Amino acid sequence: MISTNYYIILSAILFTIGALGVLIRRNPLVIFMSIELMLNAANLAFVAFGRSWEIAKGEAFFNGQIFVFFVIAVAAAEVAVGLALIVEIFKTKKNINIDEMNSLKG
Amino acid sequence: MTSELIVFLVLSLVAIASALGMLFSRNTIYSALFLVLNFVTVAVFYLMLGAPFIAMSQITVYAGAIMVLFLFVIMLLGAENLTSSPSQAMPWQRPLAFILALTLTVESVYLIFARAKLDTVITAPDTVTNSMESLREMAMTLFDKFLLPFEVTSILLLVAMVGAIVLAKKEKGGRA
Repeated sequence: MISTNYYIILSAILFTIGALGVLIRRNPLVIFMSIELMLNAANLAFVAFGRSWEIAKGEAFFNGQIFVFFVIAVAAAEVAVGLALIVEIFKTKKNINIDEMNSLKG
Repeated sequence: MTSELIVFLVLSLVAIASALGMLFSRNTIYSALFLVLNFVTVAVFYLMLGAPFIAMSQITVYAGAIMVLFLFVIMLLGAENLTSSPSQAMPWQRPLAFILALTLTVESVYLIFARAKLDTVITAPDTVTNSMESLREMAMTLFDKFLLPFEVTSILLLVAMVGAIVLAKKEKGGRA
């Protein structure tokens, strides 16, 4: 039988992999993907908690699912702006190594 | 061992393996494709948790739109094989990151198992029609109780769209 524990532990593991990716990779595109992975792990935890609440109370609330819906929308907005920024940085620097992005003047 | 547990274990193995593959593959395109696989497995988890709408938006928005955008940018920049030499500035960062990530995993698993008593048994909804009816109720909640956040989200998407266009636009006579 699957308990809420299992989903939350899976979510924690995925979140940790995402955090590790942000720390060790130097390619901003991969760092972005790791951030998406972390958002996704949080979403999984939201839906799992929502489902266990639903089962415990015997009544549907959907707050968790609706929160996940908003998180997906915010992630889409974030990706659009972030990728536009990366393209712009690439156009000015011809390089997207994260170590060289240390000046605001471009 | 119920069949549901077997499905869960296999899928979680796939999810973790694809996340690690995303992290450690040299080619950025492979990273993106591993992430698509991860998103699809998580979408199956959402189906198991009785959230069909979230599962479908996961596939269309994440695995579809967002990852296509990623692949597009990777191919546009030709950034498939960036030499990812370890940072010269902070050579201790990589081992430290591994130690910290391991600590975080152990801590969270310990806390979840030892402290939190989250032992509600989660079962998938009995039938598909059952979960589709819950979809209607979810829509009612979304457009009733959460109408204001919904509208704010739409404004946020508009702002992001305008921002992306402004960033991508060529300035007249400017440096870009």
